[in-house]
Amino acid sequence: MADVFHALDDETRRLVLDELVARDGQTLFEICSMLVTRHGLSSSRQAISQHLAVLEDAGLVVTERRGRSKFHYFDGRPLAEIAQRWPTTREGTP
Amino acid sequence: MRIRLTSIFVDDQRAALAFYTDVLGFTKRHDIPLGDDAWLTVVSPEDPDGPELLLEPAGHPAVKPYRDALVEDGIPLVQFAVDDVAAEYERLTARGVTFTQPPTDIGNAVVAVLDDTCGNLVQILAMKPA
Repeated sequence: MADVFHALDDETRRLVLDELVARDGQTLFEICSMLVTRHGLSSSRQAISQHLAVLEDAGLVVTERRGRSKFHYFDGRPLAEIAQRWPTTREGTP
Repeated sequence: MRIRLTSIFVDDQRAALAFYTDVLGFTKRHDIPLGDDAWLTVVSPEDPDGPELLLEPAGHPAVKPYRDALVEDGIPLVQFAVDDVAAEYERLTARGVTFTQPPTDIGNAVVAVLDDTCGNLVQILAMKPA
């Protein structure tokens, strides 16, 4: 769970997740072009690749090879575990 | 100085010629035998005297790791201008072409990325009216 909080503690990685939620299944090339055109973020591909590795280690991003290319998908299950541990709604809450 | 010719490596020159002409719609410009291979170029029918694209055999040992790494990350090697990316996406997917990136609005243009079946990714782009 510590990995998840570390992974989310970075604006670029949060934007990567935003882009994957908007359109799931993107290549590194597409993610980089979205970050540049929609957020004016011009990090190198190598830097974004490293951000994706952090997100993947935390379980927030999963990859799938289709044909010869690698696609990235958002996986919200680690966030569900957080909400399970600390419920966002609780009986008796005013 | 002008760009006259650029090249991409293709797995099979004849298969590549078929894809770039029959599917994408370019026309053959040169097809000159060179040993087992050929000096094989295509041009756009909309710009027959414009830049040629050389379909070069991919036999050099450096080509495979280079292209594999780029294709894995979804990086296109060449970009073609089209009038309407969405229309091309419909036309080409109907012909069995796969896209690694569907039509995407990037602000001043719409882009998409397709697999040329010969080992490369190709970006198509339509600029929006200014």
